[in-house]
Amino acid sequence: MLKQKIILIGNGMAGIRTLEEIIKKDPHKFEITVFGEEPHPNYNRILLSSVLQGDASIESIVLNSYEWYAEHQIELFTGDPVVKVDTSVQTVTSQNGISRSYDHLIFATGSNPFMLPLPGADKEGVIAFRNIQDCETMIDTAKHYKKAAVIGGGLLGLEAARGLLNLNMEVEVIHIADYLMERQLDDQAGKMLKEELEKQGMTFRLNAHTERLTGKKRVDGVRFKDGSQLDADLVVMAVGIKPNVSLAKDSGLEVNRAIVVNDYMQTSVENVYAVGECAEHAGVVYGLVAPLYEQGKALAEHVCADQPLSKPGYQGSIVYTQLKVSGVDVFSAGRFQDGEHTKSIRVHDEFEGIFKKVVVENNKVIGAVLFGDTSDSPRLLTMMRNEQDISKMSKVAILPSENESDERESVVVAMADSETICGCNGVTKGDIVKAINDQGLTTVDQVKACTNASRSCGGCKPLVAELLTHATGEEASNQKEPICGCTDLSHEEVTAEIKDKGLNYVREVMNVLGWSTENGCSKCRPALNYYLGLNQPIEYKDDSTSKFVNERLHANIQNDGTFSVVPRMYGGVTNPDQLRKIADVADKYNVPLLKVTGGQRIDLLGIAKEDLPKVWTDLGMRSGYAYGKSIRTVKTCVGESFCRFGTQDSIGLGVRIEKKYEGLSTPHKVKMAVSACPRNCAESGIKDVGIVGVEGAWEIYVGGNGGVDLRGGDLFAKVATDQEVIDFISSFLQFYREDARYLERTSHWVERVGLDHIKKVLADDETRTQLIERVELALTGQQDPWNEVLESKDKQATLYEKKEVEVIN
Amino acid sequence: MTQVLNEPIYVAQLHELSVGIGKKVTIDCLELALFRQENDDVLAVENRCPHKGGVLSDGIVSGEYVFCPMHDWKIDLRKGEAVAPDVGCVKTYNVSIVDEAVYIVVKE
Repeated sequence: MLKQKIILIGNGMAGIRTLEEIIKKDPHKFEITVFGEEPHPNYNRILLSSVLQGDASIESIVLNSYEWYAEHQIELFTGDPVVKVDTSVQTVTSQNGISRSYDHLIFATGSNPFMLPLPGADKEGVIAFRNIQDCETMIDTAKHYKKAAVIGGGLLGLEAARGLLNLNMEVEVIHIADYLMERQLDDQAGKMLKEELEKQGMTFRLNAHTERLTGKKRVDGVRFKDGSQLDADLVVMAVGIKPNVSLAKDSGLEVNRAIVVNDYMQTSVENVYAVGECAEHAGVVYGLVAPLYEQGKALAEHVCADQPLSKPGYQGSIVYTQLKVSGVDVFSAGRFQDGEHTKSIRVHDEFEGIFKKVVVENNKVIGAVLFGDTSDSPRLLTMMRNEQDISKMSKVAILPSENESDERESVVVAMADSETICGCNGVTKGDIVKAINDQGLTTVDQVKACTNASRSCGGCKPLVAELLTHATGEEASNQKEPICGCTDLSHEEVTAEIKDKGLNYVREVMNVLGWSTENGCSKCRPALNYYLGLNQPIEYKDDSTSKFVNERLHANIQNDGTFSVVPRMYGGVTNPDQLRKIADVADKYNVPLLKVTGGQRIDLLGIAKEDLPKVWTDLGMRSGYAYGKSIRTVKTCVGESFCRFGTQDSIGLGVRIEKKYEGLSTPHKVKMAVSACPRNCAESGIKDVGIVGVEGAWEIYVGGNGGVDLRGGDLFAKVATDQEVIDFISSFLQFYREDARYLERTSHWVERVGLDHIKKVLADDETRTQLIERVELALTGQQDPWNEVLESKDKQATLYEKKEVEVIN
Repeated sequence: MTQVLNEPIYVAQLHELSVGIGKKVTIDCLELALFRQENDDVLAVENRCPHKGGVLSDGIVSGEYVFCPMHDWKIDLRKGEAVAPDVGCVKTYNVSIVDEAVYIVVKE
């Protein structure tokens, strides 16, 4: 059977969303062709202001890449608008003469910016703010000109003005009404908005009637009806949009303000539909994203249905809007102006710059304006959609953010699972929580990719983030996390049992504590091995079969199965002898790559496993411990010995620290650094323990991490002497060794247990002394692992030798 | 090497293998990993993880499974299959032990 053909006129958000809905329902039912006027794939027009404001790149606002069209076998013509439609034989023809026939034709031609018909509006430097090209023009203009005027104090005008400010232009907003965003805000909120934006550097001319734009070829100013003037090198008109209906009119469709459609988005002509800003439903033309998506869904349901639908179809949308200007939170929805039968709840805090108004009619919320704190917006929208009876609700239940008790619950917690978080894409709290839990999502971007939430206007991003913190954070604090799938016991329970029952071997722990697997796995065995060693630092015999290869072999495995070797250089200091040895070894073993590591050591990469003992023998240096969950390196700056700014002997202290804690095993790798001045050349701010020298003192930072989760360290203490630094490190490291879960970096541990808690524990003299004693005990008997291997033929044979079998033909 | 196919090839003495530590064995250009079990059985597989070629003999051994040292895939040493949710498999080889001498059969 031949596939039915769909042609979409307009490659924008409404049309492509309709196609997405259709493909979701039935990926193979239709053969689809798209004609678009702009030379781009489908992008998120709402985020153009973010591009202009420098918060997003043009590439990042593309919603559907060319690959998406290819993947769904959609024929796409960009930069080639349809110019003719023949509804009698069901064909369309494009500007470039491409002709296609259709079974279903969708108009999604959107709208054009409305340009005021002022004298001079055709001059160079007068533009709208509607597409990527406008955006690019503004960015280019800002490079050569200084003064900009924006005509229109609505949503779009203010977002454009903010963008131009970011481009270092002087911006004056010209507005015809006596307050800003008069279609979305009441006068009170409008005035607060003006004050806020003035603080950001915008200037305003309200009640202003533009008469003409002046200038020769290029615009140079604006003249007003009262005779006053304004210099401007760029004029952006953002006074509104008008539906793009000329093609529809020419094609014989019924057009009022826009293309007239019924609840199934059908136009007056058979098999022709319209969605988005070019459509008029029940007398309303929408210019916001959520309604367009709801229309797309209704249309998709209709064209995919084999039988005529019994469903009611599209019933109109609740209109709401959010201003996307950083630092200013504005939200408005529904009918927010006071009327004869309405009552309203108002909160107005001039100190905090907060204004909230909820308009109620017949015990139902019908509109709202929020300024300064928009966190209640999803809840209010849900109440409006559900027409919830609020007669028995308290103010705090309607505006939960007004709950002033300290233990204020996050707004998302109070929401029901059925409440919508992302209005643009109709994603509920339940959908998001389910996705987070089922698929183990941890970032907003993952949630976005999985659920579509915050994929459009991005207004709900903070809520998604809050939900994420809540969903994952609660799990971490309230729900027990077992070590791995082999047991139900948590890290803490296992360490307690090891102590209580005096367990001595990995296998014994698994047997006694009822492991579900006989031999454990790659997650629990290394953890148990660590905990046992922690409990009995002297007696416990390390179980090398329970160690990850790098720790078992004291070298780092590389992606091709070879290993890398990092010899010890205390504090990052070396000498010609060591360098010569390293060079000789590199020559002898044909080391393919020598590299200085992030911790200031030399890495010899690409060494075969069986050569490792020979390489170590030839080097005659100690292991650099770049391999284990242990103390690694202490990075240092040059400090007072050579540096103009160095206030302290950072190298001396770094070497002392590295020698002292060499080889100490820890829950995860630990990196340290000593800088001799706040310039921080050794990057002490992102180390597990970072020391910064200032005049006459050392500052100590903890919990820094330059790894996957970049985290700046927290200032823990300021001490005067080297010995105090050492004492602090001893007690801190031992507390971390005993308290953190295996494979938990200090950064995560500090965040989980809280810096204050650690401070409290270490503040107690007796506890601190005991911690120092225990770390000293653990440090006794530390041996260089390379040397241990070299002294044991047995270890060399078991761990490093490979068997080569010659086959005799 | 084709001539010795299907005939047992001597590769090692049992005592050279250690429970819980894989052993890399090369037979000409063929690279195998041997894993001695607690009951003195020996399991042999191709020494490269089906995922990204991690060296299985360097992985953490758990009975009849090995965890690839590169990305922690779990490989069933008897079946040669990656344990779900991962998919893929490695070749397995028959092992025979005669008087502590370990032999491998390499089939075409």
